[in-house]
Amino acid sequence: MTTVVRIAVVTVLIVVTVTLQMSIFSHFSIRGVVPDLALLLVIAAALVRGPSYAALVGFAAGLVLDLAPPADHTAGRWALSLVLVGYLAGLVRTDNETSVPGTLFIVASAAFVGTSVFALTGLVLREPGIDVAAAFEVIPVAVGYDLLLAPLVIPVVLLLLRRLEPAKRW
Amino acid sequence: MTPEPRRSRAGLGLLVLACVTIITLDARHGAFSSPVNPLRAAVAAVLGPVEAGATAALRPVISVPGYFGDVADLRNENADLQAANSTLQARLRAADANRHRDAELSGIAELADTSGYEVVPAQVVAIGPAQSFSRTVTIDMGTSSGVQPDLTVVNADGLVGRVVSATSMTATVLLIVDGKSTIGGRLGQSMELGFLYGDGGVGDDGVLELSLVDHTVSPLAGDTVLTWGSRNGAPYIPGVPIGEVVSVRASPAELTETATIDPYVDFSSLDVVAVVTSVKPGSTSNQANGESR
Repeated sequence: MTTVVRIAVVTVLIVVTVTLQMSIFSHFSIRGVVPDLALLLVIAAALVRGPSYAALVGFAAGLVLDLAPPADHTAGRWALSLVLVGYLAGLVRTDNETSVPGTLFIVASAAFVGTSVFALTGLVLREPGIDVAAAFEVIPVAVGYDLLLAPLVIPVVLLLLRRLEPAKRW
Repeated sequence: MTPEPRRSRAGLGLLVLACVTIITLDARHGAFSSPVNPLRAAVAAVLGPVEAGATAALRPVISVPGYFGDVADLRNENADLQAANSTLQARLRAADANRHRDAELSGIAELADTSGYEVVPAQVVAIGPAQSFSRTVTIDMGTSSGVQPDLTVVNADGLVGRVVSATSMTATVLLIVDGKSTIGGRLGQSMELGFLYGDGGVGDDGVLELSLVDHTVSPLAGDTVLTWGSRNGAPYIPGVPIGEVVSVRASPAELTETATIDPYVDFSSLDVVAVVTSVKPGSTSNQANGESR
């Protein structure tokens, strides 16, 4: 499979996850919080291919999240948090073998780190609507919802990414 | 093993630097002159229609949360009936959603008739998640239908928000409960003027804070608040109902009393909205009193 095709598939994957997150799961939100599918995609990338690749996927997915309508915040904030999430998740994965509790632990920590970094950048930039109370209201729900969806989403994405690149690992 | 972490750390550094650069570029310039804006418009031009298509295609799925009772009943039916039943159920779900849409559309048409405004009906196709801490939605009408930034968005219940950006196919609407939103408002009974600020709450529904210009007047609980309007009807046309005063709070430190306003619009279930594109001629007397509702 050529590099171009591989990049195209990952791009389509990113667009699909962001669309699902914005248009479909917004109708199934819990207190306004939707499952962070892009974050789950980045974690799956980290599990399959390690920190560098996941950071790159995180950058791309985060940038789409930042720019896709109806996003109205300063661009680059989701990109930054998903780059960090991808890198950290890639570092803590155990080599090649992924256990279920281990993956769920990574998902929970990643959801916490991702949402927190996004909220922190908002606080630093003094964006309206963000204060510490709001962050503490949103972060636990986000972590819970991501954990709930992880067993459904991550295996599918893992399968797709492994099919995309079966032998090589970096 | 040694060269790999070093390389990946360099890559991480580059990506973080790229993010910080984008954030700085976007935050340094105002909302209108940001160099990221063309990129944002390009992504919106591609993803807006995708979001609209996904919403249209999955409409029966979206209306599922209200129908869990039906699904539980279906389990008890025997295998032969299930196939036939599920297709009928799917049709029924779509019909129910359509009936609901019909009701909302006729409500909007009524509003347009009584207030004398020309409106473009639009469908909400994407909702900003609470994780992003902003209250914005995407609608499936853009500049090709006459939707421009700074137009008022309403639904049958009252004021929804204003358009902040538009591409040819879709537009982004800032809801009035967002922390960035400020509206000039007028109390229905005393006709006093004030400003309403979105509280930026991230829960299912938001509230607004009203502070009056005249310090000697205190708002009454239960009073309605309408838009005050501004020159050429941008960003808000006058006389649109916003919400109801639920409580009044006076603090000795501040001169003004602050009232909490419960908006008429249910922001957790926004579906069909209308963008006010122009005022029909000869309807100015109608909007001046603004108390048709």
